[in-house]
Amino acid sequence: MTDNALLSGSVSSLRQQLRDRAVSSEELTRACLERIEACNGALNAVITMCSEQALDSAREADKAIAKGDIASLTGIPLLHKDIFCTNGVRTTCGSRMLEQFVPAYDATVVTKMRGEGAVMLGKCNMDEFAMGSSNETSFFGAVRNPWDLNCVPGGSSGGSAAALAAGMAPLVTGTDTGGSIRQPASLCGVTGLKPTYGRVSRLGIIAFASSLDQAGPMARTAEDCAIALTAMSGIDAGDSTSADIPVPDFHAGLHHDVQGLRIGLPREYFNEDLDPDVRERVMAALSALEQAGATLVDIELPHSHYAIATYYVIAPAEASANLARYDGVRFGYRCEDPVDLEDLYLRSRSEGFGEEVQRRILVGTYALSAGFYDAYFNKAQQVRRVITEDFTRAFESVDVIAGPSAPGVAFQFGAKQQDPVAMYMEDIYTLAVNLAGLPGLSTPAGLINGMPVGLQLIGKPFDEQTILNAAHRLQSDTDWHMARPQLETVAP
Amino acid sequence: MSWETVMGLEVHLQLATQSKIFSGSATAFGAAPNEQADAVDLGMPGMLPVLNEEAVRYAVKFGLGIGARIGERSVFDRKNYFYPDLPKGYQVSQFFAPIVCEGVFEVPLEDGSLFPVRITRAHLEEDAGKSVHDAFSRETGIDLNRAGTPLLEIVTEPDFRSAEQAVAYLKALHSLVTYLGISDGNMAEGSMRCDINISLREKGSDALGTRTEIKNVNSFRFVERAIHSEYERQADILDSGGSITQETRLYDAEQNVTRSMRSKEVANDYRYFPEPDLLPIVIDAEYIEAVRATLPELPGAKRARFTADYGLNDYDAALLVPNHALADYFEAVVTARGAAKPAANWILGDLTAALNRNEIDITSSPISAAQLAGLIARIEDGTLSSKLAKQVFDGLWAGEGDADQIIEARGLKQVSDSGALESMVEAVIADNPDQVAQYLAADETKQKKLSGFFVGQIMKASKGQANPQMINELLLKKLNDQS
Repeated sequence: MTDNALLSGSVSSLRQQLRDRAVSSEELTRACLERIEACNGALNAVITMCSEQALDSAREADKAIAKGDIASLTGIPLLHKDIFCTNGVRTTCGSRMLEQFVPAYDATVVTKMRGEGAVMLGKCNMDEFAMGSSNETSFFGAVRNPWDLNCVPGGSSGGSAAALAAGMAPLVTGTDTGGSIRQPASLCGVTGLKPTYGRVSRLGIIAFASSLDQAGPMARTAEDCAIALTAMSGIDAGDSTSADIPVPDFHAGLHHDVQGLRIGLPREYFNEDLDPDVRERVMAALSALEQAGATLVDIELPHSHYAIATYYVIAPAEASANLARYDGVRFGYRCEDPVDLEDLYLRSRSEGFGEEVQRRILVGTYALSAGFYDAYFNKAQQVRRVITEDFTRAFESVDVIAGPSAPGVAFQFGAKQQDPVAMYMEDIYTLAVNLAGLPGLSTPAGLINGMPVGLQLIGKPFDEQTILNAAHRLQSDTDWHMARPQLETVAP
Repeated sequence: MSWETVMGLEVHLQLATQSKIFSGSATAFGAAPNEQADAVDLGMPGMLPVLNEEAVRYAVKFGLGIGARIGERSVFDRKNYFYPDLPKGYQVSQFFAPIVCEGVFEVPLEDGSLFPVRITRAHLEEDAGKSVHDAFSRETGIDLNRAGTPLLEIVTEPDFRSAEQAVAYLKALHSLVTYLGISDGNMAEGSMRCDINISLREKGSDALGTRTEIKNVNSFRFVERAIHSEYERQADILDSGGSITQETRLYDAEQNVTRSMRSKEVANDYRYFPEPDLLPIVIDAEYIEAVRATLPELPGAKRARFTADYGLNDYDAALLVPNHALADYFEAVVTARGAAKPAANWILGDLTAALNRNEIDITSSPISAAQLAGLIARIEDGTLSSKLAKQVFDGLWAGEGDADQIIEARGLKQVSDSGALESMVEAVIADNPDQVAQYLAADETKQKKLSGFFVGQIMKASKGQANPQMINELLLKKLNDQS
């Protein structure tokens, strides 16, 4: 088997090859590690590699396979976003604050993936504390988009998306607080799923905005996402907000039938602000589903335009408290020679946090301050309910809601860095899904000038199966998800 | 000017749960620094709180114990401030919707009357850690053993007008929570900490004056002294035409003064908002009834029963009831041997004195309830005089066996044989002719005094074993026979 076939294979095909002993996990793992070493200089997608550990795990997996002791991901190489705590492996969250932080525990997702036999290769670069839509806020430097090294990969799970697109691993994890899985998936031409809030445990995931954060898989196909989602999901006694709802076998439940599936197209997503090229690609994908038997229905989400304002009150407010623990006292970055306690706090946090993180802490602190709480935080909570009700009402007449994943394709470095609001607009189609706690998925829908575009499918609460099925059908009928970036120039 | 004190109290009660409110760490007092702090307590990245159901049950028990309304849906909030011993940079508390809502707590005063204290609310929260300033030179240590310990903060309306009322409330609260088994109420170890909000106003006025808050007073006695001291300070200021600054003060027990800690005007804006990592606590009627079914008899009911069933006066009941173990001991004595009043007298008198002298608790009393009952039985049946009874009590305390064994061994049986007593009386009269003459010459009141001399001589001769009541009768008869 050629390296190239290994590096572009889907989880489901690699799984079969491992079971057939056509390839060993060690070979596969070694190929991925070599790919990372070859490309990472150009992409900066991986912050920390665990080569030795990965090879050990791969050999363990090969032994297990030989014994017929095979779990859903046995021997499959995997990269985790560096927001998941990994026991004994540095976990930075893309921040100087945690540059040297080595947790003594694993996130539940990490434990579950290992339990399913996945082989952890290392940790992916990300926007600092998951705050960003371009991966430019990472203390470890920006990640480059494998489709065009002058462009961003999206964020905050940009390292994961770029690594996946570049063939460094067949499966990566991400987290999505406002679009951080779906938008980079869109910009890097991969499939990314944000599950329903509560589907996946948040224990051991470094918190950004607790009521919005949700982990999910990114892979080459919807089918792979279904396999990974089944592995990651489930109630966790350690996360009170994880849902006590049975986890179906999403892979076993996968089917092609979209006959009679009602897909809602929110008027607010397909308005005159939508880029014509993006509209054309998204509509082409939806037409493919229509041809397969789905029905397209115009719907309204009348409060959509409040999503950004609402999100940018709630998320920073929660973040301002979640990030208060980084004070230089117990762990993390501490400034040199503090003269007193206030100096310790002030300089440790000013030096340890980047600009965007500080901006959001300030915004969030302001929104919670006495005299502003009702006008900002409380109001935002109310609007959040209204936005959620929009979706609830829409789902009375449709099964899936569709729209673009992002307003455009990957943009050049620096293009939006000086204008935070322009950057925040990157998540205009994804934020509301987090506010409502719904599952959302981005699947490739073609290219514009050689750069990927994503179609977003939004499901009812805990109905990941339906959006996975729709994406699976689309991927069966079209080959947009098969498009790969040409990386030979940087890593022949 | 004549001033009236107006006070409200906030008590932080440490709940005696096995583990912390949001983590699995133990809560025991006295472990080496940071030995009882896990990743959650340390506020490590990615860690999440999981609510300890036991803490919820204890809070509900408390609410039911004071007849308060239980919040159907209470919510945790984050209280944000920076301090080195606050690991997450916020304290998880309940601000907007507490678990225990308004109620009235009946507090017994010394005169036996009940003083109703309005409880505003009681909410669950986690304790912070401790800064250790004396362990290292030029550096402060942080001990997070206490971080995450469950607290119930109990807030009253400004219903107190005197230090005595405040202390009575705290004692009644202490009694209630130990009865409920939700806290050891140990003030010295910080299980019960009291903040006093205190202001003065002109007698007869309805308006509230500017208050100060005295933080973390850690004994009943200090509460009383802190209130008196702060009253004097505020009265001095007001008498000289000054005004009170609203501020937090600390009580310095050594100097018996309160000192300014920080001014409320520049106090933190805590930026409370609902804790997104925890679900609201939803409590239904079924849960409440299940908890109610586990409640023991509470101090108020027990006081009423002790007076009604055992005929105790309010005073004795008020002394026996607050300490659950003492009340149990009393009931055990009474059950073993019916006489309630002597049981109360022995327990509150000699036994309590001996326990206090030896600084031991009733639960480790060397005299069992059955043994004390045995002693009382021998007094009741006339075997022992009160004087002999004290000797038997000493024997019981020293572990010499049961009352009967001690009476036997020490030969303490009271002599009630009238023939033997008669000859003793006669002998004393014969040996003291001068005193007899004096007695016969004296008027009635003087005679009573002089008779004591003869009784004393007879008791001495009988080594205390003579039945004093019979001696008195015989003596009177014999002396009068002399005339």
